[in-house]
Amino acid sequence: MANLKDLRNRITSVQSTQKITKAMKMVAASKLRRAQEAAEAARPYAERMENVLASLASSMVGQIGGPKLLAGTGSTQVQLVVVATSERGLCGGFNTNIIKGARAKIASLIAEGKDVKIVTIGKKGAASLKRDYRSRIIKHFDMTHVKRLAYSDAGPITDYLLASYEAGEFDVCTLFYAKFQSALTQIVTAQQMIPASYDENNVVDLGGAAYDYEPDETEILEELLPRNVGVQLFRALLENAASEQGSRMTAMDSATRNAGDMIDSLRTTYNRTRQSVITNELIEIISGAEAL
Amino acid sequence: MAEKLHFELVSPEKLLMSTDVDMVVVPGVEGDFGVLINHAPVVSTLRTGILEVHNGDTPERLLVRGGFAEVNPEGLTVLAEEALPLADVDRATLEAELKDAEEDVADAKDDAHLAEATKVRNRLVEILGVLDLVA
Repeated sequence: MANLKDLRNRITSVQSTQKITKAMKMVAASKLRRAQEAAEAARPYAERMENVLASLASSMVGQIGGPKLLAGTGSTQVQLVVVATSERGLCGGFNTNIIKGARAKIASLIAEGKDVKIVTIGKKGAASLKRDYRSRIIKHFDMTHVKRLAYSDAGPITDYLLASYEAGEFDVCTLFYAKFQSALTQIVTAQQMIPASYDENNVVDLGGAAYDYEPDETEILEELLPRNVGVQLFRALLENAASEQGSRMTAMDSATRNAGDMIDSLRTTYNRTRQSVITNELIEIISGAEAL
Repeated sequence: MAEKLHFELVSPEKLLMSTDVDMVVVPGVEGDFGVLINHAPVVSTLRTGILEVHNGDTPERLLVRGGFAEVNPEGLTVLAEEALPLADVDRATLEAELKDAEEDVADAKDDAHLAEATKVRNRLVEILGVLDLVA
């Protein structure tokens, strides 16, 4: 049987762990609120952008050519997978889920005989993917310095993606991130960024009229498409940030609860042990007295 | 005026404005154009310039940089990469930033730094150019 001192030590240690997880939960909860606000504030822009893109693209349908970012390179041989994860751990299944999704995609692409290249954003994803796909990772973006995500933080990544697309280094680019739904659910999402994908249903009904374009469709598209990549990436990063905090909050909440349960059961054992020690001592004293 | 134009100004970070107004003057690449209610559908890219929102007597003026304007039957949507009320723009600060940026360009060690610094500088030059026109 464990002695009293050991039990006391264990109780203290679990208690301090509980204090830490509780504090982390509170921090995550307040960060979550801000991250969620930011993610929600960014939605209108991305949605309007998609609308404009959808109406432009639908008017280009059937025309030969068009910008490469919309029409694609005509091949799907070289696939680029961008995996956005967090910089810190202790956030439940958040990173694991994204990586699982990305791995499944990578494996199926390799099985199809495609060339797969990987770009990682965030330390956690990079560390895990390096084990199996070291040679395929072509670039890693470190976001540790970013405290509060601003549009300009997505800039370098966008520039890199666009430049390598222009240079013909890949044909299709898919982004993996976790879409924030609630603190309990985050949905791992694969989004095709290049060539641009859009939803036909977003086309606004003009009631028979047609858009006037200034300067003209092609020029607008040429400006809009690169920007669209940036906006989508920025949005994904925001969603990811909110998901990370949500996931961490839930994980830390259950960790706090588990620690509480553990303390309860340890305390029961402790009390029981203490009782039996006292009983033992009493028996010894009484039988000593009787022997006299 | 009985009917008003629904106007939305959005930046990547948030929805800045969503109101009903009398008229908006948009700085398009091919010249400024005013948008009133029942305007024909237009999509236009923006140049760095002043966006005027007319509602009541004094127009509200904002500095916008990069983006698009879309007019459809639902109203006008301006997607701007940056938008600042003109009153909040401080010339002296911008000039100081520009000076820093020029130094960065001169000090850039490699191509990546140079490209980054040039981008920052060009942005400031554009904004100051607009301010010159307004002043």
